Amino acid sequence: MTTLTDPPKEQFRLSMLLYDTRYRSATIQVIAMIAFMLLAAWIINNTIQNLETLGRTVGFDFFAEPASYDINQRLLEYDSRDTHLRAAFIGLLNTLVVAVLGCITATIIGVMVGVLRLSNNWLIARIMTVYVEMFRNVPVLLWIVFAMAILIESLPAPRAFRGENPEATMDLFGTVAVTNRGVYIPEFLFSRGLGDIHLFGTSSLRFDVSLDLIAFLIVLGGSIFAMRKVSAWANKTQEQTGDRPTIWHIQLGLLFVPSAILLGALGFHLGYPELKGFNFTGGTHLRNSLIALWLALSLYTAAFIAEIVRAGILAISKGQTEAASALGLRPGRTMRLVILPQALRVIIPPMISNYLNLTKNSSLAIAVGYMDITGTLGGITMNQTGRELECVLLLMLVYLTISLSISAVMNWYNNRVKLVER
Amino acid sequence: MSDVSFVRTEMLPEQAPPASEVGVLGWIRHNLFSSWLNAILTVVSLIFIYYVLSNILSWTFESVWNANSLSECREIMMATWGDTHGHACWGVIKDRWLQLLYGFYPPYPAHPDATWSNPPETGGWPAYFRPNLTFILLLVAIAPVLFTNVPRKLLFVTAAYPFLLPWLMWGGSIWGPLMVAAGLGIGYLAYKFVLPVAGSLTAIILAVALPVLWWLFASGSVADAINSVIPIGIAPVESRDFGGFMLAILLGVVAIGVSLPIGILLALGRQSDLMIVKYLCVGFIEFIRGVPLITLLFVASLLLNLFLPPGTNFDIILRVMIMMTLFSAAYMAEVIRGGLAALPRGQYEGADSLGLNYWQAQRLIIMPQALKISIPGIVSTFIGIFKDTTLVSIIGLFDVIGLTNGIRADTAWNGVYWELFAFIGVLFFVVCFSMSRYSMYLERKLQTGHR
Amino acid sequence: MKKSVILGVATVAGLAAGAAAAGTVDDVKARGKLNCGVATGVPGFASPDANGEWQGFDVAVCRAVAAAVLDDPTAVEFIPTTGKTRFTALASGEIDMLARNTTWTFSRDVDLKFEFVGINYYDGQGFMVPKALGVSSAKELDGATVCIQTGTTTELNLADFFRINNMSYEPVPIETNAEAQQQYLAGACDVYTTDASGLAATRATFENAADHVILPEIISKEPLGPLVRHGDHEWGDVVRWTLNALIAAEEMGVTSANIDEMAAGTDNPEVNRLLGSEGTLGEMLGLDATWAQRAIKVGGNYGEVFAKNIGEETPIGLARGLNAQWTDGGLLYAPPFR
Repeated sequence: MTTLTDPPKEQFRLSMLLYDTRYRSATIQVIAMIAFMLLAAWIINNTIQNLETLGRTVGFDFFAEPASYDINQRLLEYDSRDTHLRAAFIGLLNTLVVAVLGCITATIIGVMVGVLRLSNNWLIARIMTVYVEMFRNVPVLLWIVFAMAILIESLPAPRAFRGENPEATMDLFGTVAVTNRGVYIPEFLFSRGLGDIHLFGTSSLRFDVSLDLIAFLIVLGGSIFAMRKVSAWANKTQEQTGDRPTIWHIQLGLLFVPSAILLGALGFHLGYPELKGFNFTGGTHLRNSLIALWLALSLYTAAFIAEIVRAGILAISKGQTEAASALGLRPGRTMRLVILPQALRVIIPPMISNYLNLTKNSSLAIAVGYMDITGTLGGITMNQTGRELECVLLLMLVYLTISLSISAVMNWYNNRVKLVER
Repeated sequence: MSDVSFVRTEMLPEQAPPASEVGVLGWIRHNLFSSWLNAILTVVSLIFIYYVLSNILSWTFESVWNANSLSECREIMMATWGDTHGHACWGVIKDRWLQLLYGFYPPYPAHPDATWSNPPETGGWPAYFRPNLTFILLLVAIAPVLFTNVPRKLLFVTAAYPFLLPWLMWGGSIWGPLMVAAGLGIGYLAYKFVLPVAGSLTAIILAVALPVLWWLFASGSVADAINSVIPIGIAPVESRDFGGFMLAILLGVVAIGVSLPIGILLALGRQSDLMIVKYLCVGFIEFIRGVPLITLLFVASLLLNLFLPPGTNFDIILRVMIMMTLFSAAYMAEVIRGGLAALPRGQYEGADSLGLNYWQAQRLIIMPQALKISIPGIVSTFIGIFKDTTLVSIIGLFDVIGLTNGIRADTAWNGVYWELFAFIGVLFFVVCFSMSRYSMYLERKLQTGHR
Repeated sequence: MKKSVILGVATVAGLAAGAAAAGTVDDVKARGKLNCGVATGVPGFASPDANGEWQGFDVAVCRAVAAAVLDDPTAVEFIPTTGKTRFTALASGEIDMLARNTTWTFSRDVDLKFEFVGINYYDGQGFMVPKALGVSSAKELDGATVCIQTGTTTELNLADFFRINNMSYEPVPIETNAEAQQQYLAGACDVYTTDASGLAATRATFENAADHVILPEIISKEPLGPLVRHGDHEWGDVVRWTLNALIAAEEMGVTSANIDEMAAGTDNPEVNRLLGSEGTLGEMLGLDATWAQRAIKVGGNYGEVFAKNIGEETPIGLARGLNAQWTDGGLLYAPPFR
């Protein structure tokens, strides 16, 4: 008879933690964890000791103090009596504005330049190469400073618009003023507006939402919904009868008439900038600092994006184009249906890191006095309160959050594109 | 049968292609005016190029070199052209170019009173001998890594360079760097002698622990002791005297050089199966990559002293070096991870089938290949870091951009603008452009090797 | 392979590392060098010349202290600081003293824990406008675009001034004087505001200085002076009395020309005490008897330093104004050397 016995239970020995592959990884991880925690504890302990020696405390009370400084570009209302927190919030919005604008223009310029570098016009291709190499090989800080200097030196000052025979005149039938303080463009005004909704009361994060804008968006959304319905009806009719009813005029009417009626009802008009006193007043003021930063960041990043796009297009084998032609696709459709979906797969991952770089580089705004979050929270607030530890750590946290959000969104998009391809 | 043949028996001589299809004309037609759209684009670009060049060239070349202040420049411009605008005043570069290149690094460190224009009477080495030699040695040291047709023996320079660089730049006794090198020797010897006696684990632990103990406790006093007996050394230079373009190069080289091993470890950690190690590495990499360099430089200038034990206080350039190293380590890790990912799976399996353990496989099979593939990526990381060194001007270091502020605060040059920035821009462009060309050349070379 | 760079650097770091715990006077003496924080570049106050030598009014204070403590006016390491880094550098012990036109304010003194040892320049925030603008008073600046140099108390004063006078303005914050000047000259702002000394210095270097006027209003008090860390009173005393020695020397007529002669002994007991031929003031400070002599010899007394760096004969061209001796109607008033 054979009896089944359990194999002798192996005695656990301490050395097995290291020599037995079953335990070794756990051991290493525990050691790594302990080492990391020790390091963190060491740093925190040092910090506490140092702060004690300096007689300082850590706290975010200073955020509730009045900031006492003004910010020129504010998307929400703010004045110098508002708190430091409010100032940081305004700065954060400014960072986001320049990052979003920059990413959009960088993509547009980058794709155009990338395609033009492959142009069969020798001169154009060379100029684009010179552009790409110039921007890629000189620090972005220099470009930002250059952009600002060029705007300041080459555009007319507002006082040049004054007098009987001014040296400079407004562009686009007198609606846009391009000065070396920025560009003044007409603003949207509603004489019978619906007012604003005030969110978050009087706290530092309060902001107003324009009801006019919401109404407009709702109407526009409704129009687009109706247009889709009409389009679906047209498709269905076409499938059933073989004849596609003419719908473009209906579509056009659906798109514009309701919005136009709404705008008319709200008393929509444009407010033009005009020269009053020292400056242009009225209209929307796109400040030089914003334009310079936006321009420099987009041009700089676009040079990198152009290279990515070029590489992406070159990576698609010629056979794909030929196969598409064999199927009878026109060149435009070939690009849209065959080349781009495949090129995107190569293009998007490096594109994400370029968007991230652009956002992070926007922190150089202080070089031109654009009041982004580095200029408010990490700049004047830090200078005035002397709370370096709190300000710098918070600043890093804010940027980290922005970066991780961008990565998350772009990765999600990347995955979607990938699915389309398979 | 008729003899008439309708087959041509001899060829007609080839006719020259029409004049519009060959030569310069043909080239122009094909490349510049192939269609209406292209023709318009060409003309517009030509006008654009003319506009840009005519402005820049006249500004650059109708300029003043011999002037000691901006007002002097303006006087000369008025006298020559009757106009102060549209002319460069290169006098500022002539006056300050050495400062822009070397910062405040003493031209003759052994003779602190001697300046570039006033060399020491006792003779001596040429001006800026040490930074220049360091730079030349740098080229020698990386040559065997970057080019295959360089004698392998130069690798000794590469191995010695990490010790030569600090010694040449900071000066002081030679024994300090030598004792640091000795630490590595101790580690190696410990490993070699303990291995047969006590097994690999003890050997590794000793090989790590002994050098660390040596560096922490013994090396300093031993170096001092030897130095008091055999003093060999060169005049020390404080790191706060470093500046200008030299600082950018130094920061870039140190950051990349030191971050290479850290980056390898991080990349391996990120690929590892050990969950906690992996997450620590991922956390570090994503954190550093998620924040702008300027915030890390704020940490260097404002917070790093708080994080270190009370009383530690080392100067801002070293602190910046530390933060830039951490910064580039995260990027380096991603580059090397790319290299690792590009290796075919078979290489790992091959290593396993040979019975190599993890570190042997990494050292003998994976890393040599992965690093080779990563070199173009490393070069572009270097270009990026090198350009980013300009940010140190924001925290008050005198790199080239920081120096422009210092120079313009001198009443002689207050108001100079484009000349300085144009000079800096050209400087950066030349260096970065040549590096990126090298990286492209390498990429092409590697591609043929692998496909 | 390259791993050891970090170790090499760490060794060098070890050399540079110094304890900041003990008394600063002893630290400075042991080190043989004074670490003095200065601005990265303010015309007339601190700027490096082509040889990397620092020049300027603030720099002169550092040199005087170095001469008093170390008997060597060149034994100074000048550490350029920005508006952001200056206080951290001082608090962390990276610099021994800060001479970087820093305004003495309550919160810097009390909250940030620094000790202002005196005032070497009485300044105030002013406005500069182009003459063509036709503005004669800061009260007429409603709606103007104002270039401000950030990192100082300037932006706070400006916000308060416009708020109090119920005027609106558009601030253009700029990091450095050089950039601000460029924007102002190009007309990107109507007004340039910073300390009046800075305005005068900037204006002096303009191509057409006569086209610009400095408005009469001074909207703030900006007492600029050197500062040290809280708590180290011995060191604070050394810096304070070195500055006072320069001021007192001018009052008593001690100049770099006649100092050797006067050091031999004069009829004026206070001069004798200052220059060390009588009394033990130097020992009380922990220095030797001739400390003040050395400090004054470097660049002369306060008046000479002023005249050489920012006075009316220099391109900066500042009048003494508030910075004249109290006997001449100014605010400079050194406590007695007794």
